Amino acid sequence: MPFDLNDPFGWFGEWFRGLLENLGLAPDAVTFVQNVLGAFVLGTITLVATFFLIWAERKIVARIQDRLGPNRVGPYGIFQTFADALKLVTKELITPTGADIVPYNLAPLLTVMSVVGVWAVIPLAPRLTGSDINVGVLYVVSIGAVGTLGIMLAGMSSNNKYALLGAFRTVAQMLSYAVPMVMALLVPVLLAGSMGMVQITEAQHSYWFILLAPFAALIFFVSSIAEVGRAPFDLLEAESEIVAGFNIEYSGLRFGMFFVAEFLHAFTISALTATLFLGGWQGPGAIEYPLLGLLYFFIKTAGVYFVVIWIRGSFPRIRIDQMNSLNWKLFTPVALTGLVFTAIAEKIATEFSLNRIVLHLGSNVFLFLIVLTALRSYARARRREQEGLALRGSDLPAANTQTQS
Amino acid sequence: MIPLSWYIIFAAILFCVGLYGALARRNALAILMGIELMLNATNVNLVAFWRYGTLAIRGQVFTLIVFAVAAAEAAVGLALIISIYRRRTTIAVDEINMMKW
Amino acid sequence: MTIVQLVFLLVAAGALFAALMVVLSKRLVHAALWLIVVLAGIAVLFVLLNAGFLAVVQVAVYIDAIAILIIIVVMLTQRAMGATKIQVNRNWWLALLTAVVLCVGLLALFNQMPALQSQAPTLEADAETLLDDLGVSLVDVNRFILPFEVASVLLLAALIGSIMIAWPRDSASEEERET
Repeated sequence: MPFDLNDPFGWFGEWFRGLLENLGLAPDAVTFVQNVLGAFVLGTITLVATFFLIWAERKIVARIQDRLGPNRVGPYGIFQTFADALKLVTKELITPTGADIVPYNLAPLLTVMSVVGVWAVIPLAPRLTGSDINVGVLYVVSIGAVGTLGIMLAGMSSNNKYALLGAFRTVAQMLSYAVPMVMALLVPVLLAGSMGMVQITEAQHSYWFILLAPFAALIFFVSSIAEVGRAPFDLLEAESEIVAGFNIEYSGLRFGMFFVAEFLHAFTISALTATLFLGGWQGPGAIEYPLLGLLYFFIKTAGVYFVVIWIRGSFPRIRIDQMNSLNWKLFTPVALTGLVFTAIAEKIATEFSLNRIVLHLGSNVFLFLIVLTALRSYARARRREQEGLALRGSDLPAANTQTQS
Repeated sequence: MIPLSWYIIFAAILFCVGLYGALARRNALAILMGIELMLNATNVNLVAFWRYGTLAIRGQVFTLIVFAVAAAEAAVGLALIISIYRRRTTIAVDEINMMKW
Repeated sequence: MTIVQLVFLLVAAGALFAALMVVLSKRLVHAALWLIVVLAGIAVLFVLLNAGFLAVVQVAVYIDAIAILIIIVVMLTQRAMGATKIQVNRNWWLALLTAVVLCVGLLALFNQMPALQSQAPTLEADAETLLDDLGVSLVDVNRFILPFEVASVLLLAALIGSIMIAWPRDSASEEERET
């Protein structure tokens, strides 16, 4: 069968099937081998890509900070991560005394597994998905939270109070930010009418969902960054904070697995944002030439990943109480309200056949104005309280009622 | 392929294991885990009956309601356990036998 | 013995073994981990029963929420019950008897019901239509909207109630109790 540029992945599958059937395998076994091999290739590619992701992050953050970044090991320091990985592999695997052996060893595996497992449902190109299930979005949510379980096990089994505290804080942050993330995830599900990632990508053939729901995209993006635990939400693992948090007792390759899981998670949420809000593999000519679709997907994911790194290099770290109040007082109500507005706007648009983009953008602008007004009045109230505290001893009634602290 | 009886037998055995856990253990959390086992056994039963045509979509709807009830009960139960632990420093249910400390 | 039957037997045996370990473990942390194994096994069974949505909901609700909460509370209350204390109460033999009698009775009952030997009918609709049907049935006024709304009210009540119960009241008396 000649190479078909309009369906290269199907051609490859057929060629591989022909190869295996010539060796005498039954058709069911051939499908099974194809699936296993596909899973293996996807997992390996994502894990190997992490090397270059870490290098890219270090170079870009270095440039933001007006320095060069790794530039010795290989041209432009491109093999730096390989050197780091080699160092981690050769380090001794120290197990603390009193550590619970099974959860201690299982935790890094669970964390990596949860991140790589998300790649099974992301549509990389037209007709190229690991697994086309029709509940892909919910699958992403549930598998992502298995990583939280891994972190809890890591902190719990380390026989170390600081690891336990760090694990509690990490799990609290991850579970808290999962709430607005899931609600913002429901917006593309509403707009596409299906929970499957392939259907959501195909529903963006005329215009991307970020035009219809910029607010939900923003909330999803920021909540995902907090969910991963990257700056500015990285108080959980920063060295000046709780002494590296839950992975304090991990050394060598086990620590390397947590490290890989974190960077790969950042890339994964970039891929999710690109798929759900930026159209995934959609682009001019993507349907006729699926390889172009693959290219568009990687360009969009890389763009979002660049923004993630940019945010990391630009913002200072926020405190845990600021993080909590940001989530529960700002993100969750706004995400919920945005979901309700999107549902109303979608219903009005389909019932009265109005222009969908205008209606959704209008509802988003309306939501933005409400949030702005609420934030302004909150800031004004806080400022007045601060001024009342500062003007102690004056004739203002607010200052006279202050007790001595 | 798989007869319905296999699922029902599995659910029955799981239910009885959970029943033993809920009745025989001293720790309140272990009792809660036994209750979760029982709820999961009923979930398996309901979904099996939905699949094998006895119930209609009722099977899946009931399962979703059981999910919600289990989540609510786990939340309240764990809050109670934490509150009891704060006052008595114990969560063994045969030591929590006086109404007022 | 087809592949599906083999998978079912392996998963069911694993889940039952893990359930036994849940109720027999001396350390509560291990019991919680075995519980996660049981829940994951049941999620696989849901997939075998063509209820993919329920399998994912099982993972999301049970493993990612309830099991993590149980582990957190185990860690918070670990000082109370060490591994050396007795884990079963005085009447454990009665509980064992009840469980065994119930199990044997149920299995004997199932033997007498020929309808249970039936095989699975083929699903006429594909997964998307089934999911649509489930969603519509939950909000249709003539079908199951009432239990759906009652469940959401129950969740709201549980949310507020658990926050109120676990709220640290009277922290002064707690401090003097701990010294």
